[in-house]
Amino acid sequence: MKDFAQLIKKLDSTNKTNEKVAALTSYFQQANDEDKLWTIAILSHRRPKRPVNTTLLRLWATEISGIPLWLFEESYHIVGDLAETIALILPTSKKHSDKSLSKFVAEIIELRTLPEEEKKQYLHENWLALNYFERFVFNKILTGSFRIGVSQKLMTRALSKATDIDEDVLAYKLMGNWTPETTTFQKLILEHNAEDYLSKPYPFYLAYAVEDNFQEDLGPISEWSFEHKWDGIRSQVIIRNDEVFVWSRGEELVTDKYPEFQRFLSEIPNGTVIDGEILPFVDGEIGNFNALQTRIGRKNLSKALLQKTPVILNAYDLLEWNGNDIRQKPFSERRKILDQLIQDCNCSEIGLYLSETMSFKTWEAAAEERKLSREKRSEGLMLKRKDSPYLVGRKKGDWWKWKTDPFTIDAVLTYAMRGHGRRANLYTDYTFALWDDGELVTFAKAYSGLTDAEFKQVDNWIKRNTLERFGPVRSVTPRHVFEIAFEGIAESSRHKSGIATRFPRILRWRKDKPIEEANTLDDLKALIPK
Amino acid sequence: MKQPLLVFNNKGIYCQQAGVYIDAWKPVDKCIITHGHADHSRWGHKHYITHTKNVPIIKHRLGEISVTGKEWNETFIINGVKFSLHPAGHIMASSQVRVEYKGEIWVFTGDFKTEGDGLAEVYEPVKCHTFITECTFGLPAFKWTPQAEVFSDINNWWATNKEEGRTSILFGYSLGKAQRLLKHLDTSIGKIYTHGAVENMTEVVRENYNLPETTLITRDTTKDEIKGNIVVAPPSAHGSTWIRKMVPYVTASASGWMTFRGARRRRAIDKGFVLSDHADWEGLLAAIKATGCEKVIATHGYTDIFSRYLREELGYDARTEKTQYEEESSETATATSVEEKIEKKD
Repeated sequence: MKDFAQLIKKLDSTNKTNEKVAALTSYFQQANDEDKLWTIAILSHRRPKRPVNTTLLRLWATEISGIPLWLFEESYHIVGDLAETIALILPTSKKHSDKSLSKFVAEIIELRTLPEEEKKQYLHENWLALNYFERFVFNKILTGSFRIGVSQKLMTRALSKATDIDEDVLAYKLMGNWTPETTTFQKLILEHNAEDYLSKPYPFYLAYAVEDNFQEDLGPISEWSFEHKWDGIRSQVIIRNDEVFVWSRGEELVTDKYPEFQRFLSEIPNGTVIDGEILPFVDGEIGNFNALQTRIGRKNLSKALLQKTPVILNAYDLLEWNGNDIRQKPFSERRKILDQLIQDCNCSEIGLYLSETMSFKTWEAAAEERKLSREKRSEGLMLKRKDSPYLVGRKKGDWWKWKTDPFTIDAVLTYAMRGHGRRANLYTDYTFALWDDGELVTFAKAYSGLTDAEFKQVDNWIKRNTLERFGPVRSVTPRHVFEIAFEGIAESSRHKSGIATRFPRILRWRKDKPIEEANTLDDLKALIPK
Repeated sequence: MKQPLLVFNNKGIYCQQAGVYIDAWKPVDKCIITHGHADHSRWGHKHYITHTKNVPIIKHRLGEISVTGKEWNETFIINGVKFSLHPAGHIMASSQVRVEYKGEIWVFTGDFKTEGDGLAEVYEPVKCHTFITECTFGLPAFKWTPQAEVFSDINNWWATNKEEGRTSILFGYSLGKAQRLLKHLDTSIGKIYTHGAVENMTEVVRENYNLPETTLITRDTTKDEIKGNIVVAPPSAHGSTWIRKMVPYVTASASGWMTFRGARRRRAIDKGFVLSDHADWEGLLAAIKATGCEKVIATHGYTDIFSRYLREELGYDARTEKTQYEEESSETATATSVEEKIEKKD
């Protein structure tokens, strides 16, 4: 645990990518296989299941520290991180522990099955045997996501340096639903094992947003293929060995959520992997993303729900064909095979459609098509170089997304909450309201879009203009107007305003506008596509 | 009803009987000053009273002012009210103010810390009935490590950076924190360089305090000269063009706020050392206990939380008062505004 905690501390104390990679590489060169595997698992969000709920963790931590629970809660609001708060308030430890990371994780896994009294005793003993930072790391493993500014990409790069295995190959090996309990470092990383690959998806190729004046940098427009950027769930559908596997972009196996795709077996040959977008499809038309959202959260898909919101796969790309990885072939060739495949099969019967590719002679013509995006229920256009291979992860150069301009509206800041992580102790999470009959009605929350300096300024103002406090939340004097951007809008019964917006964020601080000039709820409703 | 000995009005902490303010935030006729930080020693009072060793410090900041210096424990009586200054241990020459009238004793801490830092005169508990205390770090999440350990970390950090051919830049505000850092840097590792704001203030306090040699970075200082050495600079220098001369460098900040990972990451600083000139949770509680007081008034910091704890868990008659000392904002932010003021003056 000492080494792992030391690693996390190093990763946490620098914001330079090179230093992070160096720290990880040297760790991967020195740690034993079990610890390495658990490190990879933890940094790719494969934590052991939470053995103790956070209510009990809080309670036990306050008992040991001798402070009342309310004081713990107040501290937590200010520190902004549960694992960190517990680590800070516990009494300073006098003992130390030499147990390895994998030993700790094994104990944490076993802890789930133990009676409450034994859990408490285990935590008590181990908390007091660790120093502050080890405790923090231990708590992180116990409680939640390990967000420490290390992406999977960065971890893979370090692992590649330590093992001399190509980065893209490693990225592929690390996909899927393995856990350290079902595999070993040797098997997962070092060996090639065909059966492990049966359900494995390929790493998704992701695009960056276009930059200013991108048209000049992209070369002849004839080299580019255009598509709409469909607004659903980016997924890979795998057909291998008479089985269908559906993976979401978040590397989640979601086969059970989309029973529709089982029909692919009748028309698509084994050894096929399709990259596409899962879209709601009602009465022969692409539906609204919100319709899909009602399906995502459900544990049990009722017949009624499946009938109400059927889905299709809108295919973008073909990654595997006849059991061969064809990602290195040019996009145009991969598409040719895909187009043929879909033409040859009874595609509308099985819910497999093609995301149509387009070519344009001028950027003006492309821009005209982009204007139709909202109407066609897409988020804008995708630009793909016709000869581009299918790369791993987010890469610049061959693929770009050219999204529609967001919706915008001017709203009044009404509530604020302290942020988490690097914004702990700063009021950075805001609630915004619009006018409705002379009253301000809350319609969205937004956390991003201001610079650090602006956040500091708003934070300062909030602390001086608080009306009421509700735990971590404060209501503030309505004084400031912000321009809020968002991607989608739909009616919603779950929101007080009757409107749900997608990905709202702050575009700018309208210091020039008094609150009377903020928009109304009716202005917002007028934006809903007919 | 009897008027309290000290009241909080819109100008500062006021003793009506004596007609004297303490650390007033608006211009007043007569003001007792606890220490030299800008939020406690403001412009525009007609007459200042402070510790003799603080006189050169506030004169440096405020220019030619009318000021009387007092020694520790020296009683001065104004209209029947007995005043005296006692070490607060916050920074050099920082005082607590003891106020006594007709047998009733109040103490205002200004800012304070209980651990001796080898430079500031060590905090002295003063018996009183009512204790007005700061609680900048009044949460159980704040627990300081003994300073010897922190300085051992700082010196190791410097030595490692030097081995790697990099210059160490250590941020701490120019009055107090900077000199405390200077005092405990291990000069067998290398030379100490300073930013102008730090150098000027250090020159001022050298009159009364023994500090190691420092070299001011000027236009003529070369990159090679600085390399591997340590530079002490105010937080406002972070991100300025001045710092480019130090490339390749590593930055660190020394502050109580470095307890929080969020605060460290927010400032984009390579390393955070938890080193504060304020009392931590245990320090605050120990200080209150040692005064033997019955009433506590919490001023700047996590006042609501701290006073609730004192009331509900420890049975004190505790309340809060609003002041205009930097409230709830971070020490680093305070430092920036303080530095800005100092730099403008320089």
